[in-house]
Amino acid sequence: MSHHQLDARNLLCPMPVIRAQDAVAKLEPGDVIDVVCTDHGALNDIPAWCRINGHKVVDTRDLGREVIITIEVGTSD
Amino acid sequence: MTQPRKAAALISGGLDSLLAAKLMLDQGIHVEGINFFTGFCVEGHTHAIRNRDKHKPKRNNALWVAETLGIKLHIIDVIEPYKEVVLNPQHGYGANLNPCLDCKGFMVGKALEWIQQNGFDFIITGEVIGQRPMSQRRDTMPVIARESGAGDLLLRPLCARLLPETKPEREGWVDRERLLNLSGRNRKPQIALAREYGFDDYAQPAGGCCFLTDAAYSKKLADLWENRGEKQYDLDDIMLLKVGRHVRPKPNMKLIVARDDGENNFLSGYKKRFISLFALSHCSMARQTRPTWSWRQDWWRVLVRAGMPMR
Repeated sequence: MSHHQLDARNLLCPMPVIRAQDAVAKLEPGDVIDVVCTDHGALNDIPAWCRINGHKVVDTRDLGREVIITIEVGTSD
Repeated sequence: MTQPRKAAALISGGLDSLLAAKLMLDQGIHVEGINFFTGFCVEGHTHAIRNRDKHKPKRNNALWVAETLGIKLHIIDVIEPYKEVVLNPQHGYGANLNPCLDCKGFMVGKALEWIQQNGFDFIITGEVIGQRPMSQRRDTMPVIARESGAGDLLLRPLCARLLPETKPEREGWVDRERLLNLSGRNRKPQIALAREYGFDDYAQPAGGCCFLTDAAYSKKLADLWENRGEKQYDLDDIMLLKVGRHVRPKPNMKLIVARDDGENNFLSGYKKRFISLFALSHCSMARQTRPTWSWRQDWWRVLVRAGMPMR
């Protein structure tokens, strides 16, 4: 298992979702990635994308200007 | 047991694509959604910028559709290749700068590439004959199938019985008799079907899901091209055109006046990206000092923010 970070700051939804989707596609099941965003819409969109695609949101942190969403990569099917 | 056939559904986030995908799921087809982000979409970020409907949770409607149906959704960034569609549409523009026919052909073509790469069998859309004046007419729908290269791999479940048989129907992957024969702009049949399925919170965007169909937006885009002297754009251009009131004091200068705090915050996000961004209060701009207009810089390096509508 490895831990990664994705900088999706200054991007508006759905771009953070797209960046997260592309990053997750390169990871292995069980890997963890922190997605750092400035668009608070990501707090809804990334968890929704995770639920749909079988990944797990293990943590969300709202730091004011930035939000960090931590995803654990699920199996592809 | 044989594997179910697989369809990629173009999911805009609206009711028609929701219903089209649902009809396929009901026939045992494995459906996954594709949503293309062109930069002009009236989605997610647009709601995030404006303060209106603050009480309503912001959501991406395509994701909501996928979750409602229990299908996967693949959101695909097509910002760069889509430029050719907007800048040089082979079939021209609609009432505004909306290249709807080229756009639909482009998206179906991209979906065709996707199904070929991912081992899917066919493509479905929520198109209905006669619903849109440009891309959803009896005479233009075959153009989309032909020019996209999808041919008879493109199935429109909501109006399929009014169209020639496609491969999924001919091969028996789907039952044509269980497809629909909707036509025209009347939305009542779709609304009734949604009620039947228990879908009650679907999106109903007043002007469709694309800013290019909006007259005011198209006017600002045309103004950008005219004053730049070239017909080009990048993502920041088209994002900024969605925000605030736009004033052009000089050909090489543009003022963007925010209408509320949401737009103020959005414009402030550009502070780090541009060398000159002046955030002035509405009072100082309108009542105390008059801008000298000496900041003759690239047109949108000056962003003025104000808390009240400019009259």
